[in-house]
Amino acid sequence: MTNSWTDIKNADVIWIMGGNAAEAHPCGFKWVTEAKHHRGAKLMVVDPRFTRSAAVADHYAPIRAGSDIAFLSGVVNYLLTNNKIHTEYVRHYTNASYLVREGYAFNEGLFSGYDEDKRAYDRSTWEYEIGPDGYAVRDMTLQHPRCVFQLMKQHFAPYTPEVVSRISGTPQDKFLRVCEWVASTANGERSMTIMYALGWTQHSHGAQNIRTAAMIQLLCGNIGIPGGGVNALRGHSNVQGITDVGTLTAAIPGYLALPTENEPTLESHLAKRKFTPLQPNQTSYWQNYPKFFVSFLKSFYGNKATPANSFGYDWLPKLDVAYDCLRMFETMFQGKTNGLICQGFNPVMAIAHQKKSTAGLSKLKFLVSMDPIETDTARFWENHGEANDVDPSKIQTEVFMLPVTTFAEEEGSLTNSSRCIQWKWRAADPSYEAKPDIAILADLFMRIRKLYEQEGGKGAEPLLNIAWDYANPLEPTADELLKELNGKALADIRDAEGNIIRRAGEQLASFGEMRDDGSTDGSMWIYTGVYGPNGNNSQRRDNSDPSGLGVYPNWGFSWPANRRIQYNRASADPQGRPWSEAKKYMYWDGSRWTGPDVPDYVPTIPPERATGPFIMNPEGVSRLWVRGLMADGPFPVHYEPFESPVENPLFPKIKGNPAARVFATDLDVFGDPKEFPIVATTYRLTEHFHYWTKMVHMNAVMQPEFFVEMSEELAREKGIKKGDMVRVWSNRGSVKGKAVVTKRLKPLTINGKVVHSVGLPLNFGFIGETKKVAPINSLTPPVGDANAQTPEFKAFLVDIEPVRGPVA
Amino acid sequence: MYPPIANPTTEPTPPKFGENDLIRRSASTVTPPAQRQTEVAKLVDVSKCIGCKACQTACLEWNELEEEVGVNVGVYDNPHDLTANTWTLMRYTEWENPETNNLEWLIRKDGCMHCEDPGCLKACPSPGAIVQYSNGIVDFIQENCIGCGYCIKGCPFNIPRISPVDNKAYKCTLCSDRVAVGQGPACQKACPTQAIVFGPKDEMKKWADERIKDLKSRGFENAGLYDPPGVGGTHVMYVLQHADKPELYAGLPNNPKISPVVEAWKGLSKYAGMAVLGLTAAAGFVHYILQGPNRVTDEDEQNADRLAGGNSQ
Amino acid sequence: MSQAKTSAHLRVRRYSGSARINHWIVAICFVLLMLSGLSLFHPSFYPLSALFGGLQIAREIHPWIGLVLVVAFLGLFIRFFPQNLPETTDFVWLARLRHVLTANDKFLPEVGKYNAGQKFVFWSQFVLIGVMLVTGIGLWSEGRAYVEELFGFTTTIEQQRWAALLHSSAAVLAISVWIVHVYAAIWVRGTISGMTRGTVTGGWGWRHHRKWLRKEVESGGAKKVA
Repeated sequence: MTNSWTDIKNADVIWIMGGNAAEAHPCGFKWVTEAKHHRGAKLMVVDPRFTRSAAVADHYAPIRAGSDIAFLSGVVNYLLTNNKIHTEYVRHYTNASYLVREGYAFNEGLFSGYDEDKRAYDRSTWEYEIGPDGYAVRDMTLQHPRCVFQLMKQHFAPYTPEVVSRISGTPQDKFLRVCEWVASTANGERSMTIMYALGWTQHSHGAQNIRTAAMIQLLCGNIGIPGGGVNALRGHSNVQGITDVGTLTAAIPGYLALPTENEPTLESHLAKRKFTPLQPNQTSYWQNYPKFFVSFLKSFYGNKATPANSFGYDWLPKLDVAYDCLRMFETMFQGKTNGLICQGFNPVMAIAHQKKSTAGLSKLKFLVSMDPIETDTARFWENHGEANDVDPSKIQTEVFMLPVTTFAEEEGSLTNSSRCIQWKWRAADPSYEAKPDIAILADLFMRIRKLYEQEGGKGAEPLLNIAWDYANPLEPTADELLKELNGKALADIRDAEGNIIRRAGEQLASFGEMRDDGSTDGSMWIYTGVYGPNGNNSQRRDNSDPSGLGVYPNWGFSWPANRRIQYNRASADPQGRPWSEAKKYMYWDGSRWTGPDVPDYVPTIPPERATGPFIMNPEGVSRLWVRGLMADGPFPVHYEPFESPVENPLFPKIKGNPAARVFATDLDVFGDPKEFPIVATTYRLTEHFHYWTKMVHMNAVMQPEFFVEMSEELAREKGIKKGDMVRVWSNRGSVKGKAVVTKRLKPLTINGKVVHSVGLPLNFGFIGETKKVAPINSLTPPVGDANAQTPEFKAFLVDIEPVRGPVA
Repeated sequence: MYPPIANPTTEPTPPKFGENDLIRRSASTVTPPAQRQTEVAKLVDVSKCIGCKACQTACLEWNELEEEVGVNVGVYDNPHDLTANTWTLMRYTEWENPETNNLEWLIRKDGCMHCEDPGCLKACPSPGAIVQYSNGIVDFIQENCIGCGYCIKGCPFNIPRISPVDNKAYKCTLCSDRVAVGQGPACQKACPTQAIVFGPKDEMKKWADERIKDLKSRGFENAGLYDPPGVGGTHVMYVLQHADKPELYAGLPNNPKISPVVEAWKGLSKYAGMAVLGLTAAAGFVHYILQGPNRVTDEDEQNADRLAGGNSQ
Repeated sequence: MSQAKTSAHLRVRRYSGSARINHWIVAICFVLLMLSGLSLFHPSFYPLSALFGGLQIAREIHPWIGLVLVVAFLGLFIRFFPQNLPETTDFVWLARLRHVLTANDKFLPEVGKYNAGQKFVFWSQFVLIGVMLVTGIGLWSEGRAYVEELFGFTTTIEQQRWAALLHSSAAVLAISVWIVHVYAAIWVRGTISGMTRGTVTGGWGWRHHRKWLRKEVESGGAKKVA
């Protein structure tokens, strides 16, 4: 989240799309009801289904799953053509004024630089025009035909309300009402928050969904102000934490990049990350990248990391490609993987195209499941009839189950969607033989390292050189680990004037104290400050809120630097005055930046220096034009999902995202709309948490059985009645469940054709207290987002029929 | 935000009300306490409810109830009805508002309304099986319950259920055990959106007024409070978007009152019945006093003998 | 007793052994039902439940006793209904109820085995027991799935409310009729022996059921006993 949960209460318009906050985030949703109750905020929900969020909304607009970009682009077009934008914000705080270099083009759905064979772009034409002074060229009047603003007008012009309605199926009046409510916040007096979740990310164009939303917020001036923001609602209590800590395969902690094969030296890695400012006087904070990177290496390799050996850079693995989950299972499927350790991971349930996942697991020599519960994955080899139709005699994979403690049986920190790190204390003793994950991994590490020490082996240095300075090497504590993430001074640290600001051995108070000479460590710069010299700040529980704006500055610790609203410099105009009294937040008081939050800015830089509020970017401003940073284009484009009932109405030549990756082994698994005419989407139910709570009796009581939601019209067409058993199948698999026939789903008219949708809750499987059913991901397609490789769980094709005869 | 109720101290606290605070007791007369406790109420704001069923699970957990894993029958309601273990249940109704053409998904938390004039208590034949505390809470005391199910017939809301295990009646207690130590009911504590708030009834009504104003500003002209006077008001109240049509909300009764049949059964038939029985017995007694026994005389016997003799000899 | 001492008089068989057993089963059931029912009916009768070991048990066994009563009563009904069919003399008898109550037998017509009052008891109990059976099942079923399974129907709450009202009303009437029945048996001396020993005296028959007596004598059902 750019903002925080508690900040949502400051919103005047709340837009939920690509998510279902009421059902998936009921506790955080309280801040929506607060905004409605006390500010008269309006809530609008755009979703293929009339969800429980829609049940409490002021406005609901239906949409076909997978057509979000068309809808959002339509909003962009509405704002631009009706001039409903926060002009000063757009002019000064976005790259609207930047000129794009000659050579950029967009034709019939493709950007310049496309290579069809590689399914990838050469992105060189997507850059700014650089002036003779080395800075990007701007036109502050926003009139130059190659300035981003004019390119935007041109790019989004096709997305008229009529076209949006044709692609998304949203009735024009319902679409326009959304536009009007969005536009009502484009003035600095009011603000809108956007709440989204996996309904936006799990598409072959997922990252672009979110980007389009960010563009809308920038046009309205809703980033950096109270009640604004683009807010990702994370789906687990600590999924923000695991993302931060670098479990993404191409990242190391704190969103630093894991080196690639073509960066053989530290210098070559850093040379690609200079972040030279593109305007004078810009902060371009990523210029500190080497400090964070070296501190990370110091944490990793301790005394073994020296300037002479580039702080152990050679010992880091170098990526050839990103090993996202789809690729992991692809290599497994090809028989190239020997073993898999699933730590709190249930891929049989969680990964698209379950048949392939199971086939992959069947080729492993061993599978380790570290989990508090017996997962479907740990029992993938077991025959459960239709729900898991495998032949155990043909599966030779050896499965180990290591019971781990549940969240309440171990201490540690959780990082929520608000980026707030909160400590939790152990509330109960571990059950039976369960051990914390840390203890299991540490034990495993110690044993493997010992084997290498005794027997030697290829490439053992990274393992042998890791710093492992914990009081009990077999069980590092969460406290020690958080301290390590924060980092400490290894020598006395001095400021520019030579004053000692941190003594050797002391914890660092902020990442501003990190050094690139090896005198500090800290494996995750963004968390620095959480465990500073004053102790473990994640344990703070002061719920006072002096400003009344939901800042709660002394509750836990929000990364970065305990900041609750990111980019908060943008809450003031270029002169440093609040845009309005209503949205007053951070402002220049004549000598420094002040307000209820920690300024996202160097607090002493005066407004006159025209340093941009988006200090991480070399431009100092936010990006409506994303340059070459995304694989599938500098602007979003409406592409159909890989499985779609219609051709692309806007760009008939390009159906799915041209830059999305498809494995050769998967080319034949996509379904034909003639055979599979119905759009399906998956989602969780509020009664369950993912695939875990089907193990819990009480949750099973609340939702005992898999069901299929469908419109009354579709049910009538297929001869299905409420509560009937139905079969749903895609080109990849088949599941059976009960029919929930509802008014909450309606057939939509897409490009002149009536398109039906079904909703498939994802929480049910073949292990647990709920009724047995095949995992819903036996139906979903194995294609991922072009940028994040998140599988396209949210839009695919199926067919459906009633199941006659006796039902067990 | 309605000010949250502070957590209790870890020290044991004596309950704030109990046996001596009864204003009604089934099948018995009680002396009401000199001072009535502040009337409490739970306010369920349907317009804030997201149907997450946290209240349902909190109820099961706090009251240590175990419900069976059922099946899906084509709706979100699970279990499908209140049971002896499910004391509160989310009921979902899809309604297309003919005035706006908008679909509305009305989600109501069903459960005991804690009527000021409780029909269950009126119907209950077992002394002390149903009690009403002076703060308005209506509680079932299972050790006195005989499982006759009369409470079900007395209730205008169809709430109590008989357990097939111990044949006793169960329903929401408004967490009288929690309220007794200054806490709100478990459902209120668990509700993430403050769709459930709990406090003095007067304050709840004020809070509801604020909500109703907000709803009216959003076009729900008939928004209102459901505190039906037919049962003397209730200690569980609803804020409804369509207070003029409560039956939309999964059949919430419009103007509920104790059924006239129950009133006749527990009123007229009781008194008239006692009178009829008493009079019949009295009539017999009086008749006997006045008339004395109707004896067979010797003459009768001889007549009989003669009859028989005439015939047999 | 005194009559028996002085001389042997005629005795007439009124009820067979099985009829008597049947009757007393009904009678015992009726009393138990009345006691348990009353304890459920009005708080002032609540102490009666102690006879059953508490109201819970009273509630639990009441319907079962009811079923026994219904079966037993059916036996009585089959036995006696031919003699309880209305006759013209019944109307004369009823019209002269004043003389019945004042024991002025000489103004009453000769009656058969049952007079109109007895027939009233018979038919009213038949109807009331029927009502209580039907309504009772409705009341019984609550929370007891086996009842619904046994009888194969379910009731709405509104039906149950009516059932409760009708059941209690019918019970009040049935008890009133029972009071009349018991009182009449006590008031009309010599009656009870018909149900205890199975015979009544000829004088009793002469006085109260002369037509019946004549028939009995004719068929040889009456004999002198020492």
